[in-house]
Amino acid sequence: MLRIENLHASIGGNEILRGVNLEVHAGEVHAVMGPNGSGKSTLAQVLAGRESYDVTGEVLYEGEDLLALSPEERAAAGVFLAFQYPVEIPGVGNLYFVRTALNSLRRRQGLDELDAIDFLSLARERMGLVEMDESFMSRSVNEGFSGGEKKRNEIFQMAVLEPKLAILDETDSGLDIDALAVVAQGVNALRSEGRAMLVITHYQRLLDYIVPDVVHVFAEGRIVRSGDKDLALELEQHGYAGLEQRAALTPSAAPVGATP
Amino acid sequence: MTDVSSEVRELAGREYQYGFVTDLETDVAPRGLNEDVIRLISAKKNEPDWMLEWRLKAYRGWLTMEEPSWQKARYAPIDYQDIIYYAAPKPKVAPASLDEVDPEVLAMFDKLGISLAEQGRLSGVAVDAIVDSVSVATTFKEKLADVGVIFCSFSEAVQRHPELVRRYLGTVVPRRDNFFAALNSAVFSDGSFCYIPKGVRCPMELSTYFRINAADTGQFERTLIIAEEGAYVSYLEGCTAPMRDTNQLHAAVVELVALDDAQIKYSTVQNWYPGDAEGRGGIYNFVTKRGKCAGANSKISWTQVETGSAITWKYPGVILQGDNSVGEFYSVALTANHQQADTGTKMIHIGKNTSSTIVSKAISAGHGQNTYRGLVKVLDSASGARNHTQCDSLLLGGDCGAHTFPYVEVKNPTAQVEHEASTSKIGEDQLFYCRQRGIPEEDAVSMIVNGFCREVFKELPMEFAVEAQKLLSVSLEGSVG
Repeated sequence: MLRIENLHASIGGNEILRGVNLEVHAGEVHAVMGPNGSGKSTLAQVLAGRESYDVTGEVLYEGEDLLALSPEERAAAGVFLAFQYPVEIPGVGNLYFVRTALNSLRRRQGLDELDAIDFLSLARERMGLVEMDESFMSRSVNEGFSGGEKKRNEIFQMAVLEPKLAILDETDSGLDIDALAVVAQGVNALRSEGRAMLVITHYQRLLDYIVPDVVHVFAEGRIVRSGDKDLALELEQHGYAGLEQRAALTPSAAPVGATP
Repeated sequence: MTDVSSEVRELAGREYQYGFVTDLETDVAPRGLNEDVIRLISAKKNEPDWMLEWRLKAYRGWLTMEEPSWQKARYAPIDYQDIIYYAAPKPKVAPASLDEVDPEVLAMFDKLGISLAEQGRLSGVAVDAIVDSVSVATTFKEKLADVGVIFCSFSEAVQRHPELVRRYLGTVVPRRDNFFAALNSAVFSDGSFCYIPKGVRCPMELSTYFRINAADTGQFERTLIIAEEGAYVSYLEGCTAPMRDTNQLHAAVVELVALDDAQIKYSTVQNWYPGDAEGRGGIYNFVTKRGKCAGANSKISWTQVETGSAITWKYPGVILQGDNSVGEFYSVALTANHQQADTGTKMIHIGKNTSSTIVSKAISAGHGQNTYRGLVKVLDSASGARNHTQCDSLLLGGDCGAHTFPYVEVKNPTAQVEHEASTSKIGEDQLFYCRQRGIPEEDAVSMIVNGFCREVFKELPMEFAVEAQKLLSVSLEGSVG
């Protein structure tokens, strides 16, 4: 589904991604772990189409050149980013926002738009996945939401928009353990054969709830190791520092994501 | 790579939909202003002597006044002798019924989306249609008369209800209030008149639609609304003008009077021609609007959505004279291209426990300059007065400006006055978030701007709120590339 080859990205002359290689198949959940500042979030932003980066390399998504598409075209093609810091939009109702998004996607896909009533029943059902209260829906997008509420709202949007490739950027940050369980339960409910997920996280604890098929370790702008879910546990024991040392010994070891 | 500012520069490309000219046979006064022109206007309207005297006094006052220059707007000097002060589509006698209205005029209003046929889109709204200097039609008059509501053109009111006009005219905006109000008092040609009798809740929205059609004319209308004890009325006004290379002056006066327990809600959607992308042409909208809460527990609300005009310069205010009276001002002002707006409100607290609320939302794009200027004045008699002011500015792009000049004068120690202000830029983050969800950039900008204005839009009557949102979207069309 997704094939990244030798992806570089820099901002203001500062190189952040330094040759990322990754392959993700439909149905797989890949975790990308790494220390702060290693470029994980940049990878997420570049894949979603953030325009502030200078990007080189190749990203094929379902055989198409993803980098040639605008953010909204990528969204229509099924790419979804759950933001690390969801953005507030004052005065725009949450439900209205999500409906506008869904109908924009449907228009691009040549489908009929959903009317308010059909949309509401869909939204209610999906709210249940992340145990979201209906009162959130009439509030402005993310305005005055707690950290946990914002993250739930991201997963709720994902549940409504039903992407093929979901990138979750530090969805666990700022969540207490109960909220983490709820969000993870929502994510797990959305795992399916046709859908791939790229779960970006700093901590192993999220992976207790969302068990990945493949784990990648990200350091200094690229993937330095890949393995199965046990790699995450190893990382927990040795820390990133230990792994970085090993990576330094084998600098050319930039493995393409292995299938489990 | 695109960024917000480069996209917003495209705002110059926005289209003005109402810029057509209708070929109407027009009766015009000679160019320029002197006592003879005023006598001519008065004679054309068959006015009583007191009305002519009133005009002449205003004119003589105006001659001694100087055009103010303190506003934050720049424009070439206006040659008052080069303006035509009276232009009326023929026939100049107001038609007795809609059937007698010139079909060309009806067609023009249809094109503007205002159906004068009473079963039209805005059914449930009574419309007074004003072209250039005169009222061409007023709908639903009979139905309103059944409950005692008078809704007619100002000229008709002078003929048929002279006692009411005489009692209230100039009581809120005196003849010599300011340079443009004095000019208006001398030459005003028409406008709307509304009178809501004691205890009556006006059964429908009243509205006036202003259209400038003729070239080189100024439009000087005068509106007077009186709500007697316990009465309620919601009044709307809308305005458009053809696209022309020269500037046209619109200097209106609006006076509102609310007696005990009465409520007046006045909403404006102003879409005068704003001029082209280089700033040529467009309307100078120099207007004096003021309401007086004369009675206890009365309430006056101004809601304005200002998207048009080359220059908008107005401060709809409320004199809070009655105890416990309430004044409100909700404003959205959008300036794009080379538009300039210097607008805000004046809240004058005189009575006890009077309160006022000011919410101003200014949006600047292109080279637009947007200024909020407001006065909150609490006199020593106004114990327990309260005011809350909130001024928010949104900038689209790097070549525009937002300015805030709040004046606060408090002479009573028990008063509470609050002022909040914010300035924000439409964020790359917000745009990216919307686009990532699949919302095209142009829709995203419009959504974010509409969200910014929501507090004001919710004050508008339903049809107008929808209209205002559409207008804002149209005004922002092409703002992204």
